[in-house]
This record gives sequence, structure tokens and C-alpha cells, in this order.
Amino acid sequence: MKRRDFFKSAAIVGLASFFKTNALGSVVSSKNLAVQSAPDLVAVMGGEPEAMLIRALKELGGIKNYVKKGQKVVIKPNIGWDRKPEMAADTNPDLVAALVKLCKGAGAAEVVVFDHTCHDWKKSYKNSGIEAAVTAAGGKMVPANDESYYREIELPNGVNMKKNKIHKSLLDCDVWFNVPILKHHGGTKNTISMKNLMGIVWDRKFFHQNDLHQCIADIATFHKKPALNIVDAYRIMKSNGPQGKSEADVVMLKSLIVSPDFVAVDTAAMKMFSQVQPTNINDVRHIALAEKLKVGTQNLEKLNVKRIKM
Amino acid sequence: MKFLKKIRVVLSLLFFLSILLFFLDFTGKLPFQMHQLLSIQWIPALLSLNLGILSILLILSLFLGRIYCSTICPLGVLQDVLSWKTRIFRKKRKYRFDYAKPQNILRYSVLAITLIAFIFGSSFLVLLLDPYSTFGRIISQLFRPLAIWANNGLASVLGKMGNYSLYQVEQVSFVPLAFGVALLFFYIVTQMSWTKGRSYCNTICPVGTGLGLLSKISLFRISIKESGCTRCGACEKQCKSQCIDSDNMKVDDSRCVTCFNCLSACKKGSINYEFRYKKQQAQPIQNNENNSRRTFLMVTGAMLATAAFAKTQKVISNNDSILSRKPIMPPGADNIEYFNSHCTACQLCITKCPMQVLKPAALQYGISGITQPHLAFSTEVFCTYDCNICTTVCPTSALKKLSIEEKKVAQIGIVNFRKSKCIVFTEEKDCGACSEHCPTQAVHMIPYKEGLTIPEVKKDICIGCGACESICPVRPYQAIYVEGASIQLKAKKPSEAKKFDKKIDDFGF
Repeated sequence: MKRRDFFKSAAIVGLASFFKTNALGSVVSSKNLAVQSAPDLVAVMGGEPEAMLIRALKELGGIKNYVKKGQKVVIKPNIGWDRKPEMAADTNPDLVAALVKLCKGAGAAEVVVFDHTCHDWKKSYKNSGIEAAVTAAGGKMVPANDESYYREIELPNGVNMKKNKIHKSLLDCDVWFNVPILKHHGGTKNTISMKNLMGIVWDRKFFHQNDLHQCIADIATFHKKPALNIVDAYRIMKSNGPQGKSEADVVMLKSLIVSPDFVAVDTAAMKMFSQVQPTNINDVRHIALAEKLKVGTQNLEKLNVKRIKM
Repeated sequence: MKFLKKIRVVLSLLFFLSILLFFLDFTGKLPFQMHQLLSIQWIPALLSLNLGILSILLILSLFLGRIYCSTICPLGVLQDVLSWKTRIFRKKRKYRFDYAKPQNILRYSVLAITLIAFIFGSSFLVLLLDPYSTFGRIISQLFRPLAIWANNGLASVLGKMGNYSLYQVEQVSFVPLAFGVALLFFYIVTQMSWTKGRSYCNTICPVGTGLGLLSKISLFRISIKESGCTRCGACEKQCKSQCIDSDNMKVDDSRCVTCFNCLSACKKGSINYEFRYKKQQAQPIQNNENNSRRTFLMVTGAMLATAAFAKTQKVISNNDSILSRKPIMPPGADNIEYFNSHCTACQLCITKCPMQVLKPAALQYGISGITQPHLAFSTEVFCTYDCNICTTVCPTSALKKLSIEEKKVAQIGIVNFRKSKCIVFTEEKDCGACSEHCPTQAVHMIPYKEGLTIPEVKKDICIGCGACESICPVRPYQAIYVEGASIQLKAKKPSEAKKFDKKIDDFGF
């Protein structure tokens, strides 16, 4: 019964998002006319995480545009590593807490936070500072360390990866936010919003065995898209990523990039990153591969981009 | 004097439950400092030459007798609990013990063989027979999995209701040999304590036998006042060591574990715990002279056998090269000879390892190293960089205490990269999982073909944590793996990245 319900709701959500992209497309094509429309991408620079988040959301019409009363919300930060916040290996805890608080304020029934960590999950939750920050803000940390927390889904539009298991809390929620941190990455060159999706799945080995970049693009085709990708670039890791050796790998950018478009947000973040550590976006192959699968666009010129300095 | 038994019961339960729960605790909820309680044990204190604890235990034994056996030793108390519990299944629900003759040949032989084997460099029997470590193996191999099963069952029920207060814990990996050893000893101990009380402690346990020698001269002892005794045998019936001969009104001090059950049993108050050397000594220390000659012969024979055994052991352990790779010892083990001879395989480090990368060895260290901990990497299971728990909890100092900073350069093994098997080489696709997980970047990515990068290893900064091996997608034989180090050296500290000082003011897009 539950399974059937799931498929039903999945179909509805899928259909809805299909129409939504069409609507978005029409807005984009007639950009000059739609002056009042919300921007496709917002970048904020020069503030503290919470202030930048509130500012960016203001441009997008506020949190109430995304979270309705009584909804179940999931936030997926990067908590992959047992590192303190100053190491910029995990998403900034203040940013995650601020988002929890906003969702709660918008009347969310519950706000759940998880990541399928690379290091010991309990230590990563704790030492990243995220567990304490989320709990204090009224959110709930849930474990993701066991296969039983995941449920298999299909990826009909995937090229190499046609199915995987995704964390149940994300499958069962009403709305979710993808909150990665901008980092160098030894394997994929960079890790931003799409690479962060490797923390919602159970079987990561499959990615590495079957062309990592293609599989990242494949998981980005998953029908249940995040309401927003909120890229934390307050501190970024410029080298020795994704876990970093010391604070010498960290650069303060005090920035935040927000967009519902995976490809656009990753493209923008890559450009920002390249000012610190020049990186060829074509080497981060999954960005172009995802664009090919119609996940989003690299062409920022075509989008309504809002840049704000605080 | 009936209060003595009550004190003993309370104290022994305190020790027993603390040790039991600390071994069972798979969530890390108990205070970590409790591990210090577990070093108050004879064999661990002897092996680590912990003079403070040794003198406390020695003074206790010389003053009060085998208090260690009745109160501190968890295996001893486990037997009490078992025989107390099993009363339910017996017809007569009270203790019914009869005096039994001491098994001198057996117990002194076991003690002598264990000692001699240890002197000749084989600590196999110490490992096998140390009662604390036996208890640790029984709990961690037999009961911990049950606790985890129960937890996981409950967690999945709660999880279905959206309650995540309990979470799934990875089950203890099943190592048949370790399970077998634990089960065997659990069977022996249960069987013997079922009807014969503490006979395990007085026939097999070398610590019990050794302390028996001390308790022959302890300041306090149990003795029967001949004037008041009616030889009713009430004390004898209660004596789980079967060492009270009520007909002859004698107590075999060497077997008495000072449980004080007899004191509570005597209605006349004729059996007492009192100072041994008051007035003149009534009798010299008892000797079983009839048996001493035979015992001596047996013991000598056993010595020779042990010496031979110890030698063959050495030959076996020199044949390390037949194993495809050397076993990986936990950090702080220093070198393989020291580690193998000091670890009693109590499993404490294994139960406390947050990543569960430590597992009991089968034959990786040879026969004498059965159930000693070694690292076994599996998918996303490797040695955590910022963790020194195993070196901190080890009660025998087989693992020397390392600070976090020392641990971060303790080279437990060295990485080996087989480029021809690497996915970047075979498939010409990006991967880099190994480098991604490498905490020191001893494995780092260098440019390869057209935008691809391939791993390169720097062995001098590798600490052998196995993160690379655990995540390498090439299976079943990884393209990158860790070879154990028989002598753990200090790795070089990884160099830091160049700092970026310029201020970024532009969005860049």
C-alpha cells in the first residue's frame, strides 16, 4: 500500500516539476517582459551565513514560497567528514541552522537533516557542529549509516545508473533543500551541488565503478528535485579536497549562491572558485553531462541572475 | 560477621555490571573513563607492569585472601551469577556443595605451564586463560551481537514510526575461530559452575591458583572454631569453592575465594573470618605431602613439553611470508613480537573501535595470536584519522597510549598502488575515491590523460589507515591496498598547502 502511495505521489510530483520547468522556460525566454519575476539565481557576498541566506531568500520571495505550513522538510548539507567547521570540509553549521529556523518559522511540521557520511557518522555529525546547531534550531538529525534507511528508486533518464537507493526521509518529505559547500575535490576536481547528491544515496561504489561523472549527472535527473540548491561559499576549500589537510586549504569568500538549477548553480560556483584556484569547468565533466540530460543550463547569460553585496 | 557477605555481593555486582555494560555498550553512552576500571585486573596489570594497581591487588591478596576472585574478577562473578540463576532449574533450590579434594596436579600444572610458556616467549596460554580476557571474549563474541540485534530490531520498528532515537548499529563481524573460542570457554565455565561452584577457578584458572598460593599466608582467613562447631555441615553446603571440610573442621585456604557465604550459614557463629597469626600459629602452613612428589614430576614433565611447544611456536611465527600480506596491527602496537606477547585478546579495543575496523584475528598472527585484534578493511570501514581510542583503552599496554598527534603519524601499514588495476587506467574514467578519503594525501591525484587524474602515492607520509583500500571500487582485489607494518614507524608529517592571501571581491560570473 505504502509503495503504491509512493509511486502515486512520485508521479504527481514528477508531473508537477515537468510543468514547472516549462513555466520557468517561458519566463526565461520572455525575460525582458517578466521584470517582476523571481531571479533564477541569486549570489550574495560579504555577510554572515544567516544574513546572506535571508537576503537571498528575500529576492526569491521568501521561505514561504517553498515551505508551507505542516510540511515535512529535509535539508541535505555536506556532513561527509569528521572535521571542524574551520576546515570547510562540511557545510557551515550556522547556515544549516538558519535554514532550519526559517523552515520552522514558515510552519514546517518537522525539519530533518542527514548525510550519508564518509567518516564515522556520529563523529561527523558532532564535530562538523551541524548536529548541535540543527538541534538547537529545532531540527532533527537522523542517521543514514545503514542500508535499511534507504529505498530503491528508478532513474529512467540516467545513462549509466538506472537505479539506486535513496534515503527514505528524503523520499517521504514534502520539500527538500540541497545545501552543499564549495570545495576542491581530488576525484571530480570540484564538489558543489550535484556531487553533494552522493550523500542521499546508499551505493556510492557504483558511481566510482561506472564513470563517476556520468553517475553524478544521472542522479541529478532524479525526479524529486530540491526546492533550492544553497551553495555555502562562506569558507571554501581550495586544495586537498574533499577533506583537506589543514586550514591552509581554506579561503574565506563570505559568499552564498542559490538557485533551483543544479547546473547553473554549479557553473556559477565554479567560476567563483576559479578566481582562487583556476579550474577548467570542462574537467568537472558531470556539469556538462547533466546539461546534456536537460538537468539545467550552464549559460548564465540567459538566466536572471541577481548579484548582491552586503 | 554476616555483613561481610553483603559487602562482597554489593561490590562484586558493582564491578561486574560496570565491566559487563562497558563491554556491551555499542553506542558510547557510558562514560569513556570507565575503561580505567577495567585495568584493575591481575594479568593486564602484570603485563603492563602497572605498579600502582599491582601493589593494590597484592596488598588486597596478602591482607584479605582471594578478594580478587570473589569481587573483582568478572569471570568469577559470572560463575556466581550463573550458578545462582541455575538454581531455578534444579530440584533443590539451595546451594548444595560438598567438600572436594583439591586438584593439585591439574591446577599447579596449568599455572606452571602458563608461566614457563610465557618465559619462553609464548603468551598463548596467558591469552587463553586470563579470566578477565576470557570474560571479554565471551561478552563481546556471544552477548554483544545479541544486544545489537535487539537494538537494530527495535530501531527499525521505531524508524518505521519516524522515531530515530535508536539507530542501526553495524553487527559484530563473525569470525568463526573467535566465536568458537568464546563459546568453548563459556561452555566450560557454565558446565563447571552449574554444580561445582568455583571449580573452574580452582582447577583451570592460573590466576586463581597463583592467588591461592598467596592466600595461604594472607593475614585474614576463614577458620572454624573447634569449640563451638557441631559439624552440622551448613558452612560446607554453602561453600562454592568446595574447600570446607566440616568433618575435620578444616578450610583449604588456597581454594577459598573469600565469598563469606559460610559466615552467613553458620548458626553457631563458629566459623569466622579472622587474623591468621594471632597467638602462636597453631599449625604450620598445610602441605599435601602425599601429593607433592607426584606433582613435582608432573610439573617437570609439563615444563619440558611447554618448552618444546614454545619453540615450535617461534618457527611458525617466523613463516610470516606465506601470508599474502602481513597482518595490520592496531596503532600503538609498536612491533609484532611485543604486541603478540602482551595482548591477551580481551576484545576491549575491538568493542570500542568506532569504525569497527578492529576485528579478532583468526590465524593472521599464527596460532598463538588467535582473537588478538587486527585491522580488516571493508567498504567505508577504515581507521579514523582523529581517533586513538584503542590505544587509550588497552588495559595490558599491548597498545601503547598515543596522543591524537602521535596517532596521526603512527604508521600501521604502508600503501601499495597497482596502477594496472586502477579504474582510471583500465576504463580511462575519473575516480579518485582513494585520494578523496586519504587524510594525509599520501595518495593524491596527478594529471593523466586529457583532463583525467590518476593516483600517486607518497609512502613516507602514509600511515596505513586503509581509507583508500576501503573505498577503492576495484573488487574483489583492490587496486590500492595497505600492507601491514611489523614494526610501526613514525610517518613524516604531510606538508601544508600554500595559503591563499588575496582578497576576492568579485563573483567571478
